[in-house]
Amino acid sequence: MRSNINVEIALTHIFTRKRQTLVAALGVTMGIAMYIFSNSLMKGFGRFSRTEIFKVTPHLRIYKDDEISKPLVQATSPRQVVIIHNPKITTLSRTIINPYALLAEVKKQDYISSAAPQVNVDVFYQNGKSQLKGVANGVNIAEADAMFNIQKTMVAGSLNPLSNSLSSVVVGSRIANKLNLGLNDNLTIVSSAGVVKIMKIVGIFSTKNKTTDESKVYLHIAAAQQLVKEGPTYITDIYANIKNPDEALAYSQQLQPITTYKVEDWKTSYADILAGDLIRQIMSTSVSMAILLVAAFGIYNILNMTITQKLDDIAILKATGFAGRDIIRIFVLEALIMGIIGTTLGLIIGAICIQVLSGVYVGGPADYFPIYFDPSVFITSTVFGLLITIGAGYLPAYRAARVDPVAIFRK
Amino acid sequence: MKNQTVILRTQSIGKYFYEPIRFKVLDDVSFEAYAGEFLTLVGKSGSGKSTLLYCLSTMDTAYEGELFIEGQKVTGKKTDELAAIRGKSIGFVFQFHYLLPEFSCLKNVMIPALKLGKYSHREVEERAYQKLDMLGLKEQALKPASKLSGGQQQRVSIARALINDPKIILCDEPTGNLDSKNAQNVFDIFKQLCAEMGQTIIAVTHDNDFAKNSDRTIELADGKIISQDKEFGSSDISS
Ligand SMILES: Nc1ncnc2c1ncn2[C@@H]1O[C@H](COP(=O)(O)OP(=O)(O)OP(=O)(O)O)[C@@H](O)[C@H]1O
Ligand SMILES: [Mg+2]
Repeated sequence: MRSNINVEIALTHIFTRKRQTLVAALGVTMGIAMYIFSNSLMKGFGRFSRTEIFKVTPHLRIYKDDEISKPLVQATSPRQVVIIHNPKITTLSRTIINPYALLAEVKKQDYISSAAPQVNVDVFYQNGKSQLKGVANGVNIAEADAMFNIQKTMVAGSLNPLSNSLSSVVVGSRIANKLNLGLNDNLTIVSSAGVVKIMKIVGIFSTKNKTTDESKVYLHIAAAQQLVKEGPTYITDIYANIKNPDEALAYSQQLQPITTYKVEDWKTSYADILAGDLIRQIMSTSVSMAILLVAAFGIYNILNMTITQKLDDIAILKATGFAGRDIIRIFVLEALIMGIIGTTLGLIIGAICIQVLSGVYVGGPADYFPIYFDPSVFITSTVFGLLITIGAGYLPAYRAARVDPVAIFRK
Repeated sequence: MKNQTVILRTQSIGKYFYEPIRFKVLDDVSFEAYAGEFLTLVGKSGSGKSTLLYCLSTMDTAYEGELFIEGQKVTGKKTDELAAIRGKSIGFVFQFHYLLPEFSCLKNVMIPALKLGKYSHREVEERAYQKLDMLGLKEQALKPASKLSGGQQQRVSIARALINDPKIILCDEPTGNLDSKNAQNVFDIFKQLCAEMGQTIIAVTHDNDFAKNSDRTIELADGKIISQDKEFGSSDISS
């Protein structure tokens, strides 16, 4: 009840200057809409590139890293002379020793949502004279499908035969095209160990990622072990997914002490792509921030004008008992009203932009424009919009609060 | 001697201005104003009347000496406390009306009371109507303040000064912009306020008749009080 008069004065000022209020508010609207649009776009891109990454990459990967030979005598100080030595990669086998014990141990961790063994073999695919290079993925198909959602990318045939047949293979669509092979045709696979296997194509997948589609095939884990002339304990990789992929780095560090093999998180493997995402995000955020700052300046300007025109009013209010903080409240409230109007319009326009663009078909791996409705973007833009307008209102309001009524009345 | 409650008292108020050169505008000004007194401040232009009035108003705090309002020392209080004291105890009437142009006359009168928060909104509105009625402005209450004549606007500003029933009403040339008829009207209102409501009026004026008819006149010259004639309450002695 007591402070209502401040609100009433602020509202009256706003209502008697509808046009200026609207102009100031529209500045905020543009900034907010731009912020929502670009951030939703970035989020959309981010989510899109993640789904692309997670089609082929687990959150965490355990594998045997290359070892480099060390000198027989280690130098203990930089000045010490060392036997001449020529460092070489000394990895003899890619296998993880005792993989199933490690797998069981990994699965025991409560932050791991799923884990699966995999045998990756470098191979050539042949049909007559045509030849392609690639990687054959020996998997337990049910586990691999759970992790990478292969089923969703299938364009022909089925994954099911892979679960028990050692002579079946599911191939990338570009491999099938280039080698001119279809469903139920035979594909010759030659491994780096010199093993040649003729396998029947039971399914074709298309991730719409060129590299994957022209190099990857899935086969039974035992078939892959045959390609390298190894037994059932030969496992090159253990793949694991966690609940929140963003915590991959922390969990890879947590998992590392369990094993002497290398634990790598997906963010480390894709640091280049993620760095690009981050730079784009920073750019678009700074552009929309710049627009918001301009909008804030608009509000600042209009309030400054109002205050300059209303010095007499401020003087008489102060004379009749309004304290400095009442004056501040009146003008900050005016800024806030402009901010609320502008922000609300901005949210609406931003939402419309997203709605329209997300329906635009762009083809390629994305299908539709990768923009989506993320409530967190709307929340942060509202907070930014209001904070910036309050800030823009506070400076002139503070000036108004410090107006010396005596100086005004003397004029 | 009549009942003499001191409502406002100054103790050797002195003030300097430093622009363009340092000089003393007010010099050792000490006086008392009593409840129900109609006091006028006169003096040549530039003698420091307005400056003194602003010191009394608590809006100007850059002075030496002390100021007491209703027995309470106000010198040295914080600006927010002073604002509260003004809201409760002091009404202002200036040469210009300073009405807020976007608001109706009624609202203009109500604003200081809504700020004070002593009465509910409805009571404040009732009281504002009363004050406007007293000043012959009841019909104008809902008009925007900017749509009134100069004399009417000045009367609205008086109604605004009265809304919180302040003990003190400070005026700086309240009739300076008015014709003689309107000036007489305002004078009569002031007279009535002192007599009936016991409010103290301290008015700066250039109007000799206005001063002559007040209870007491303080004359300033070069920032000093040179006469405080017609002691309040002693008019029966001097006659
Ligand atoms: N802000 C200021 N800075 C410097 N000097 C000032 C300031 N305000 C007033 N003065 C000077 O102080 C003196 C007293 O001014 P004041 O306004 O109190 O006079 P006054 O008695 O009210 O005059 P008038 O009758 O013309 O209104 C004048 O000489 C004036 O020039
Ligand atoms: Mg003056």
